[in-house]
Amino acid sequence: MPPPPWGGLPKQMQIPFLPEAASTTAASVDYLYYYLSAVTVVMSTLIFAAVFIFAIKYRRRSDDEIPEPIHGSLKLEIAWSVIPFLIMLTFFWWGAQIYFANASPPPDAMDVYAVGKQWMWKIQYPEGQREINELHVPVGRPVKVTLASEDVIHSFFIPAFRLKHDVVPGRYDSMWFTATKPGRYHLFCAEYCGTEHSGMVGWVTVMSEPDYENWLSNGGAEGTMVQQGERLFGQYGCSTCHQLDQQGRCPILRGVYGSRVQLNDGKTVLADDAYIRESILNPNAKIVAGYKSDVMPTYVNQINEEHLLQLIVYIKSLAITKAPGAVAAPGTEGKK
Amino acid sequence: MSTVLQDPQTIETPNYLNAEYGWKSWLFTTDHKRIAVLYMISITVMFVLGGIFAGLIRLELLTPQGDLVNSDTYNKFFTMHGIIMVFFFLIPSIPATLGNFLVPMMIGAKDLAFPRINLLSWYIYIAGALFALIAIVMGGVDTGWTFYTPFSSTFSNTFVITAAVGVFIAGFSSILTGLNFIVTIHKMRAPGMTWGRLPLFVWAHYATSLIQVLGTPVVAITLALVGLERAFHIGIFDPAIGGDPILFQHMFWFYSHPAVYIMILPGMGVISELVSCFSRKAVFGYSFVAASSIGIAVIGFLVWGHHMFVTGMSMYASLYFSLLSFLVAVPSAIKVFNWTATMFRGSISYDTPMLYAFGFIGLFTIGGLTGLFLATLAVDVHVTDTYFVVAHFHYVMVGGMVLAYMGGLHFWWPKITGRMYPEGWAKFSALLVFVGFNLTFFPQFIAGYLGQPRRYHAYAPEFQVYNVLSTAGATVLGVGYIIPFIYFMWSLKYGPLAGNNPWKAKGLEWQTTSPPPTYNFETPPIVTEEAYAYAAHKEEHGG
Repeated sequence: MPPPPWGGLPKQMQIPFLPEAASTTAASVDYLYYYLSAVTVVMSTLIFAAVFIFAIKYRRRSDDEIPEPIHGSLKLEIAWSVIPFLIMLTFFWWGAQIYFANASPPPDAMDVYAVGKQWMWKIQYPEGQREINELHVPVGRPVKVTLASEDVIHSFFIPAFRLKHDVVPGRYDSMWFTATKPGRYHLFCAEYCGTEHSGMVGWVTVMSEPDYENWLSNGGAEGTMVQQGERLFGQYGCSTCHQLDQQGRCPILRGVYGSRVQLNDGKTVLADDAYIRESILNPNAKIVAGYKSDVMPTYVNQINEEHLLQLIVYIKSLAITKAPGAVAAPGTEGKK
Repeated sequence: MSTVLQDPQTIETPNYLNAEYGWKSWLFTTDHKRIAVLYMISITVMFVLGGIFAGLIRLELLTPQGDLVNSDTYNKFFTMHGIIMVFFFLIPSIPATLGNFLVPMMIGAKDLAFPRINLLSWYIYIAGALFALIAIVMGGVDTGWTFYTPFSSTFSNTFVITAAVGVFIAGFSSILTGLNFIVTIHKMRAPGMTWGRLPLFVWAHYATSLIQVLGTPVVAITLALVGLERAFHIGIFDPAIGGDPILFQHMFWFYSHPAVYIMILPGMGVISELVSCFSRKAVFGYSFVAASSIGIAVIGFLVWGHHMFVTGMSMYASLYFSLLSFLVAVPSAIKVFNWTATMFRGSISYDTPMLYAFGFIGLFTIGGLTGLFLATLAVDVHVTDTYFVVAHFHYVMVGGMVLAYMGGLHFWWPKITGRMYPEGWAKFSALLVFVGFNLTFFPQFIAGYLGQPRRYHAYAPEFQVYNVLSTAGATVLGVGYIIPFIYFMWSLKYGPLAGNNPWKAKGLEWQTTSPPPTYNFETPPIVTEEAYAYAAHKEEHGG
């Protein structure tokens, strides 16, 4: 909000009324909020006025006064059931539209990965940057944040974007946004997660595109997420069995990501983040047709969520050998 | 007043209070009125305890730094505040006290259908409350009243099982009360007391009882499963051992959303009685108000998912829960409109109970309308888990339920005790409660939309102004609660005698003596008129 011409109040005396609006969603949620607030003010004013006027106008004038009975009116009952409900349907429709628009990210969204852990946010970028309680994003570009939790349920909340999404252990969730205004905005954990819940806060820095590219080029000493994942693929011994170009004891993973995998019980499954995660942690859950169970050991409690994400990004990169260097197309995250 | 102090009048008529003396006569009573009094004392103790925790929370939040107590202690404060207020005050508040006292009287019965089960339900409540108190004394619980998994089942190092056992046990007391009311209302109505003549207070309790009987077992099962996972590592909710944390939320809210209707419906019943009595007029649209209670009870079971719009639940499920959440608002709106219409061309007096009813209508309207923000998907995404939800919930539960309870207490106090309270003090404290309440909770709507998350021990400095207002309001609210406590106690001995029907109210409970005799009526009543027939005499003559 620009300062008024007379300069406004000194900063310490300004009382915030609305949070900053710094995403494409923020403006649309605010308009809906104004609409809801306006209806609330009108409806409550009508009711308060009626109660107030009746209380004054029909106040008891003598102790033995008995007013004429009025038993009701079907027409009125119908009117004050149907009309409010129709108004509510406009809330419903408008709210659902924004919610649905936010449900799936556009295909060109850039990926960021966030892991919630008691009591911090660990952010990593495909390019290899990693940071804690800080998220840097460019202005004007859709960003998809894949959310994972190391322990309990957290919730990734950026008030200036009017967005939050729970971060649930045992699965991946995601949210996306397009930031509209450079600046620093609060990042809060919104789902109570234990002792330092209120300390699980950080900052989202929205930067201009050149600033962002500049920021991105500093750091990432450990290589890109694909490179880190490739290293882990060797360290954890995955590559001994999952050979890339010739048949080992286990399925070849090149080209698997995003494909439909035939399982030995006759079903097929989409090889998305959730499937690969499950296959690493609980290999016997779904066995590829033609392979035996109990060949691969479980990696549960051996790989943390950040490493899992790196492995998945690596496996994802194997799917697109034809266009090396391109950012992996986002998978359609399975919702349970 | 000094003459009253020197020469308190005594109540000579035989009644439930002077029928027997001594602690045994109370602890082994099966009289629904005495059990109501036992409950009243118990929930008052719990309310004071929960209120102390609320005060400590507000004191901590006066400054943003989190400098009064450490984080673990703060987390225990809001957890104990929530558990005590929800499970040990709000849920039993009106049904177990005013409902227990009045449902049999209003339908012209001698007692509830199962008087001994009624006493049992109080003992079960006390057992549950003791577990909750033991959990506090041993060191507290820090899961939040919602016991979300896997935090509660695996990660918390506090006395989760003890507290959960307390809630589990207290649930049975709620089930038994509900069961007792359902059977009583079906089988014990006086001759002529048809369903269409039941006071709306009774209809509200009937709807509440249905939820208690059908919903409470689910939360009992859910908490039992949390206990099993915690104690024996049986994987139900924790994904690390094969469970699903979201399953817990579905099960928990399947009960806990209807449970908010357990808390508010009896309050709505009270308001129907108050508005009618102090307007001297039948409730406008009686059958719609009665049916809306049942409508709330039924639809209320189908909206639990609106607590879960940001959990990653299917967006089509969100759509369904959003739509039904708007639908459940309709019966509540019907009630508000009908109460307002009841006042139209009435004969309205401003006695203390009516002041609480005015307060209820105003605050419940705001509480209800802000509920629509939370049913609206995209807005809920922003405000869920912020102070907006805290404000909305307290507008309904304190602005609605507690004001209804206070209004009901003031209305039926002369019937329960046979004595009047000082009207001036009562009006003054009703005003304090109204002002203090709004000052406490209105700023939280703004803090919530600004993004202040709930359950935060320390918060960003820009939220401070709203928290200071809140804490100031809580202080006023606290005084507004303490004054009635003092004058009610005073009135027990020194209050002027009330007579049988100080408000000239309709309803069978006002036809008997105050306090009522043990079996309520000297001669069993026969009902010949509709509820709230204030103008019955007039109609006969005037046509």
